[in-house]
Amino acid sequence: MPRLHPALLLAPALLVTSGLFLGALAVVVLRSLDTPEPLGAYHRILTEPAFLRSLGLTLWIATASTLIATLIALPAALLLRRRFPGRGAVGFLFQLNLTIPHVVGALGILWLLGQSGLIARLSFHAGLIARPADFPALVQDPFALGVILHYVWKEVPFIGLILLSQFQTLGTDLSDAARTLGATRWQAFRHVTLPLILPGLMSAGILVFAFTFGTFEVPLLLGASHPQTLPVIAWAAWTDTDLAARPRAMAMAVVMAAITAALTLALLRLSRK
Amino acid sequence: MTRPPRRRATRTLAAAALTLLMLLPLVPLAIQAFARGWRFPDLLPRDATLAGWQAALAPRSGLAEALFTTLTVALAVTALAILIGTPAGRALGMHRFRGRAAVYLLILAPLMVPGIAVALGLHDILIRAGLTNTLTGVVLAHLVPAVPYMVLVMAATFARLDPDLEDQARSLGATRWQTLRHVTLPAIRPGLIAGALFVFLVSWGQYLLTLLIGGGRVITLPLLLNAFAGSGRNDIAGAIAIVTILPGLLIVIFTARAVTGAHAAIAGGR
Repeated sequence: MPRLHPALLLAPALLVTSGLFLGALAVVVLRSLDTPEPLGAYHRILTEPAFLRSLGLTLWIATASTLIATLIALPAALLLRRRFPGRGAVGFLFQLNLTIPHVVGALGILWLLGQSGLIARLSFHAGLIARPADFPALVQDPFALGVILHYVWKEVPFIGLILLSQFQTLGTDLSDAARTLGATRWQAFRHVTLPLILPGLMSAGILVFAFTFGTFEVPLLLGASHPQTLPVIAWAAWTDTDLAARPRAMAMAVVMAAITAALTLALLRLSRK
Repeated sequence: MTRPPRRRATRTLAAAALTLLMLLPLVPLAIQAFARGWRFPDLLPRDATLAGWQAALAPRSGLAEALFTTLTVALAVTALAILIGTPAGRALGMHRFRGRAAVYLLILAPLMVPGIAVALGLHDILIRAGLTNTLTGVVLAHLVPAVPYMVLVMAATFARLDPDLEDQARSLGATRWQTLRHVTLPAIRPGLIAGALFVFLVSWGQYLLTLLIGGGRVITLPLLLNAFAGSGRNDIAGAIAIVTILPGLLIVIFTARAVTGAHAAIAGGR
């Protein structure tokens, strides 16, 4: 069969990537430089304590969410590859959760963990608190706990299902062999299973980090009004009636893209070693 | 070899904990949709009401239009992503060529860059093309996260396809079209379905790209839900939240395996 050249097959996808994605990034970089003084927007945001606080908060959210979600997803995937009562239900809920838009989940978390939310009501009936104000601030709090809990809820199934499909491809032959040769369960996991699933774990981690770093609607619903995450302040600067604020919004976008790009490249290099 | 009962108990307990974690945020959504004024510290509203649903389903809530808009955009994005992503998946899954790894990384790059960074630049491009505040503009914007996912799934699908199969069909006298129709398509069908459903859901749940490119003129369900979330009518928001979850629920009930298949592809992507 005369085969089409790969370049021809790739052309439509590359057109989308270069025209929309790379084009957008180029525009963002150009616009961020569109200031009276050279690099004025960068100088302005990087010397602004408010921006640096937002950067710290956003890094904290993305790092904590990715690590906690991975630490729950890994044992969850190990659990799901075995047979046990209730396996079907957990598998179903994992897949269902994946399909739920973030806005819906964030609203659910708000009504679950807010000071008059479902958990606060249960605490009242358990005699732990007397009024809503006694309940610890878990949403719209300075540490963004509500935002992190939302991402954990949403990303555990995402990472878990990726790992589960890797386990299914790998089978249990190798780790069983290690066990037969006298390895403990932990040794078989640490030296056989973990290295095999590491690439998948890394890809999942990168996707989750970049996503939780740049999502707007979740911190909008669940974040505190101060400090706010980078996407929220970038949006505020972009919609500012003062058009001079726009280069700053673009500079913030560039800083965010640079951080995730650097992280991706570092992890890729690490996983090739 | 019988399993120690303690390990069995641990598994059951872990499964129960995961079930609870997954379900908990959905519980208040379900209750709120049937409650007008659900006061602290009541665990359940005093009386269940359909007032939220009546208001949500009334024409002035905008739910019907938002549902139609979301569906139109998601279907268009899915169709385009299939057309764009399938050939690219074939190139990456079946061909070995120079620069393949770099092309792979380039196509996946949109998934590794924060959405808002892309969205701000995309707005500039689409405003020049006169496509902001239009359905077309929103569809184009959704392609940015949709195409990489589709390519990933299709590359994994084509990598599993036996390349000799098509040659055999051709040598037996099948035309190119017949080969595609009767050999290739049936072989890649599961991947195609998995990718299409996944991409449909990616578009269905988009928030920021729709807000920015749609400019408040293109209202999808996530945008409508967010508007009602701050309106003081939690019962309407609850009802809209349930409507927003429904397609995903149906997809998982009827084709659970397809969603998992898409994940296998994402994991195998690199």
